[in-house]
Amino acid sequence: MNPIMNQDPAAPSSTPAPAPPPRAAAKPVALSVRDLRAGYAGGAAVLKGVSLDISERRVTAIIGPSGCGKSTLIRCLNRLHEALPGAFCDGQIMLGGRSVLDWDPVLLRREVGMVFQRPNPFPTMNIFDNVAAGLTLNGERDRAKIAERVESSLRRAALWDEVKDKLKSPGTGLSGGQQQRLCIARALAVEPRVLLMDEPCSALDPVATARIEELLLEIKETLTVVIVTHNMQQAARVSEYTAFMLSGELVEFGPTQGLFTKPADKRTEDYVTGRFG
Amino acid sequence: MGCAAPVIPPPTGRGRARVPGPRERAGDAFFRRALAVAASLILLVALALAWQLASASRQTWTSLGPAFLWRTGWNPVDDSFGALPFLYGTAVTSALAMLIALPLGVGSAIFLTELAPRRAAQALSFAVELLAAVPSVILGLMGVFLLVPAVRAVEPPLSRALGFLPLFRGAPYGVGLLSAGLILAVMILPYITAISREVLLTVPRPLKEGMHALGATRWEVVRGVCLPYARTGIAGAAFLALGRALGETMAVTMVIGNAPTISASLFSPAYTMSAVIANELAEAAGDAHLSALIAVGLTLFALTVVINGLARLLIYRLENRS
Ligand SMILES: Nc1ncnc2c1ncn2[C@@H]1O[C@H](COP(=O)(O)OP(=O)(O)O)[C@@H](O)[C@H]1O
Ligand SMILES: [Mg+2]
Repeated sequence: MNPIMNQDPAAPSSTPAPAPPPRAAAKPVALSVRDLRAGYAGGAAVLKGVSLDISERRVTAIIGPSGCGKSTLIRCLNRLHEALPGAFCDGQIMLGGRSVLDWDPVLLRREVGMVFQRPNPFPTMNIFDNVAAGLTLNGERDRAKIAERVESSLRRAALWDEVKDKLKSPGTGLSGGQQQRLCIARALAVEPRVLLMDEPCSALDPVATARIEELLLEIKETLTVVIVTHNMQQAARVSEYTAFMLSGELVEFGPTQGLFTKPADKRTEDYVTGRFG
Repeated sequence: MGCAAPVIPPPTGRGRARVPGPRERAGDAFFRRALAVAASLILLVALALAWQLASASRQTWTSLGPAFLWRTGWNPVDDSFGALPFLYGTAVTSALAMLIALPLGVGSAIFLTELAPRRAAQALSFAVELLAAVPSVILGLMGVFLLVPAVRAVEPPLSRALGFLPLFRGAPYGVGLLSAGLILAVMILPYITAISREVLLTVPRPLKEGMHALGATRWEVVRGVCLPYARTGIAGAAFLALGRALGETMAVTMVIGNAPTISASLFSPAYTMSAVIANELAEAAGDAHLSALIAVGLTLFALTVVINGLARLLIYRLENRS
């Protein structure tokens, strides 16, 4: 069973009782998060009541110092968090008007794809099979259709031209940036509604990072992106909305422009101006 | 082989960096030579063993030649010797054991690493390791008192259901190839389970999560990521287990019936190479008998060397494919 319980009734920090209403919600909402609390085996809550609305077909960036709970937050969104032994989470997350807890996690993850911090192509599969992995899980058997989808996904991930002649060679033979784009293609191939990205560029050099930011601008035309980043310039470049988190709480959330130029909270200001700590 | 050069910190301005003095270097050289001697000793022992076996069985090889391996009669009284029944018994019981234990062992390992709650997994893993430590004569006793009667009871219905196959025809003795295969399966199961479990535990979490994030079920993660990643190690576990099954003596001797016959039926009594050596060596009637037994031993030795070589080759191939 899913361990959905809050083992920490008395969280050390005093969160204001009703969660502050999220302010950024001009567009239709793809994912809405209410009063999310989560933590790990034997520990106190890492997320102490986070609420935010993620707008559809926009890029939402989550920034904050290391360890503040950014990864934990987005791993709750596709219910990967609860797969860890002993991890708990409660609160409400709605996708398409339905609580994610009512979804079969397997089906949920086909709607909410994920790209990880370190590129993780499957080492025993070639490039083609890596991209096709999610499709074959879905039960797709039509070779021509798979090939077509693999190509279109690799094109969307801006990788097609570099790999089209070596689709049968192992994915682990690519450079780090290419591997990460392969992982993006793999996630896109399943045609998710939402793509979660957990510091997707932190292991990459500036050129590879720039390529991924470029392709983000393209793919957000068709899907919702939530990107965790420790790089504030990156958040400013790619996102429409930014959420700033600090020790498990959402400090400020709003249009990226405003958050960086006129932060409402002193802590946000300190962080974005580099005066943090 | 590729021994890395010792990492010596570059001398700092004060010349305080430690550079190995002549005495230390002499110690190093001594240590290296001692290890080289120890390593070559292992090879030497193996070669001496092979030579000893070969020379002690020369009488058999000169009188019968390689035909010893495919002759069937084994009758020490009139000096008639042929190793085929033992080769057959060893091959069939080992194959049967692998057929049963490999899927069961790998399945248990998957259960322990991917599905079982952590507490239960720990307890079960401990039990598996305990099973590996049970002396084979104890398992043989269990075989005699529990397994053989059970097999004897099961054979008639099995024969009625599957009797159209020669494998399942014949009188229900209880002792025989089936019992021996089953007891061997019990003996190698903990090896396959324990090693496969270790290997499956090394599958990186990010890979599994990558598969989960695509909407894979647990089984799909196992099939798509865990098993391919662990296949080399599992192949190693299988060959280690096969090596053990080929050489296992005590428990098999107790339940196989010890009859040097070849029959298509799994119900019939048989004999293995190690069992015949253990049973007859002490009371070998004459030189010819002794020589024939040692020839069987040499054959078994060669077989295990070949199996090990094949295991290495397979693992090498698998490693280069990915
Ligand atoms: N698997 C885990 N087990 C226990 N604690 C964890 C685990 N992963 C993260 N944490 C803790 O949760 C807190 C938040 O982690 P995380 O969400 O990864 O932060 P971020 O992604 O913002 O750097 C950290 O204090 C970290 O120590
Ligand atoms: Mg993180």
